[in-house]
Amino acid sequence: MSWTGNVLRVDLSAGTCTTEPTNMEWAHDYMGQRGLATKYLVEETDPKVDPLSPDNKMIFATGPLTSTIAPTSGRWSVVCKGPLTGAIACSNSGGFFGAELKNAGWDMVIFEGKSDSPVYLDITNDQAELKDASDLWGKSVWETETTLRDRRGDPDVRVASIGLAGENAVLYAAIVNDLDRAAGRSGVGAVMGSKHLKAVVVRGTVGVKVADPMALMKSSNAAKEILAEHAVTGTGLPTHGTQVLMNIINEVGALPTRNCQDVQFDGAHDISAEAMAEVRESDGQANLVSNHACFGCPISCARRSKIDPTHFTVKDKPEYQHVSGGLEYEAAWALGAANGVNDLEALTYANFVCNEQGLDPISLGSTIGAAIDLYDSGAITQEDTGGLALEFGNTESFVAMVEATARGEGFGKEIGQGSKRLCEKYGRPELSMTVKGQEFPAYDPRGIQGMGLTYATSNRGACHLRSYTVSSEVLGLPEKTDPHVTEGKAGLVKAFQDLTAGVDSSGTCIFTTFALSGDDIAPMVDASCEGDWSVERFVEVGERIWNMERQYNIDAGFTGADDTLPERLLKDAAKTGPAKGHVNRLDEMLPEYYELRGWDTSGVPTRETLSRLGL
Amino acid sequence: MHKALVMEVDACTGCHQCELMCSYGKVGAFNPAKSVMDITIYDGGAINVPSTCTQCQEAWCMVVCPVQAITVNPATGAKEVSAEACVGCKVCTIACPFGAINYDPDSGVVTKCDLCGGEPMCVEACPTTALAYVAEDSTGYDKMRRSATLAAGLEA
Repeated sequence: MSWTGNVLRVDLSAGTCTTEPTNMEWAHDYMGQRGLATKYLVEETDPKVDPLSPDNKMIFATGPLTSTIAPTSGRWSVVCKGPLTGAIACSNSGGFFGAELKNAGWDMVIFEGKSDSPVYLDITNDQAELKDASDLWGKSVWETETTLRDRRGDPDVRVASIGLAGENAVLYAAIVNDLDRAAGRSGVGAVMGSKHLKAVVVRGTVGVKVADPMALMKSSNAAKEILAEHAVTGTGLPTHGTQVLMNIINEVGALPTRNCQDVQFDGAHDISAEAMAEVRESDGQANLVSNHACFGCPISCARRSKIDPTHFTVKDKPEYQHVSGGLEYEAAWALGAANGVNDLEALTYANFVCNEQGLDPISLGSTIGAAIDLYDSGAITQEDTGGLALEFGNTESFVAMVEATARGEGFGKEIGQGSKRLCEKYGRPELSMTVKGQEFPAYDPRGIQGMGLTYATSNRGACHLRSYTVSSEVLGLPEKTDPHVTEGKAGLVKAFQDLTAGVDSSGTCIFTTFALSGDDIAPMVDASCEGDWSVERFVEVGERIWNMERQYNIDAGFTGADDTLPERLLKDAAKTGPAKGHVNRLDEMLPEYYELRGWDTSGVPTRETLSRLGL
Repeated sequence: MHKALVMEVDACTGCHQCELMCSYGKVGAFNPAKSVMDITIYDGGAINVPSTCTQCQEAWCMVVCPVQAITVNPATGAKEVSAEACVGCKVCTIACPFGAINYDPDSGVVTKCDLCGGEPMCVEACPTTALAYVAEDSTGYDKMRRSATLAAGLEA
């Protein structure tokens, strides 16, 4: 119940699709989605595997609550070893694809090997078949999805695919479903491309049954009421989307600006939610057209935008003049503030391109920021950039770099390797704003101390979605802590990490946790699944998953020395705002964090800890 | 007086919670493919249109049914399909001008909205005001009042 009990195994080398029962022992210990898929990866692959080799596996996974009445039940994840970091990669997406996959009757699809020629996987309920995708190779996500939907002749099919970035092994290529929802981070799209898998098409009409439907409706209705009445999930996110954060984070002095040279951006308002809603002079329309919900989501934080048709980025390109996925806070920050660009329409265009060709806008924007910093410091010149003058705030050169990276042309090939490799190549590794090789997101750890520990210890490289302490340190949820204080942050980060790992393994969205606690979420899992799912068990599963991921990374070659931050954040103090004079004081938090985790002083889980968690 | 299920397109976010609950009521599983409430999405989600049977007073599906499988529930006014009586001829799906009655190959009979016996589960599930179950003599009046407010030059 709730789990479908079926795993689809696709051997791309042999061209076969086989069905096997879900390992229910593992499902009870790792729940689903992120946790269960990672367990399969750990058991079936060598952690030292080359991420882009046929020996790496890639798993599409749903959770037990996916496509149930539990609010935000549209989530699914992609798990593999990540090419950007060499660490575990787990990218979570919304939209409608995950629910359709679950409705077709699958807990997971495991892709292994590599096809000789491009293929796509075509699924209708229990029927799965690999089909030739030679004609789709070289096409964008948008073209691929439209072509496959037309080919099937069924408007209800759902598609997840890669664009040029995944084909060209951009190390932060995304897998995009439903045109503009993405398993965005850690380069899962490059792994898909390395396997010559262009797309997965799915139609599901089997449906999902749960153990106790009445109990699930009761707990789901209670959760929906809390979400509706909450200031963030009931008002802030529906009204402004994630972009509600732009002005807030800028005001607290934690908006990483110009490759973290600054913590506040004078153009923040120009690229904010409020600006998206302002009517343009040119066409009398606003950038923002409407909000939109992922499957099963009462919050509806997604944005629909239309670019100003007279803007230089699109005026001769009708293919970008339609309504599509608008800016999220992370994209607006990374493409905008990180590069000093305050042109909302240009950023929306860059975001469209990221969706169209399957790129992670966080890593893309941050890597362009690092390139500008390299140029600024003289480490690269116009000879390297193919004649482009890279400057913070130069919209034209920024757009040119986005396009070159998406197409894999010229200097864009270097940008496509991520900021760590770029900065190392040109002898300035300290200019890369990354942890474990992954660019960090939209919160400067000098202004929000807990986010420093979050980035340093995230198992998939720097990430805000592994423990969003911003919730406590800025928004005061579930309770306010001082963003400039390090005391107590080790415990806060651990608690957020464990809860988040549980939520990511359930099939629901982490955004619910602004309003919901484990006490609200665990009952929905309990009602849906076999066995008793107390909040304690839910969080313990999260802790088990966290330690499993950690151990995988250690086995892959990472050590405690990788739990660090770029020097700029540890030594160069914030110049303005409430955090003026602050650096991130990671050393005050990390030892306590290791101790709370039950890890030794070098960050390795102790035998007792592993044994306690059944690892 | 009967009540009517009304839909407000502008308020629909396309979340499909209605389809989840509707399908549960119909087949006992969360399965949007079996929902008789359907959300059609345009412009990548900028416009989301909920559609289902509006329970015509003179219901053509009922008129054309050769085996009288569609009858009126006097309590709700809903035109209900008897799965036992339906022979799956699909003539009703041709007669309905809105496509609001559909054939389900898994069960071999047609399926349509029956207002859940007077407590529509889709309305309960809808997190916005896109779906409502209102007295049938009030349908459209909310929208009329909003239009009047706009015509008066006031903010709706």
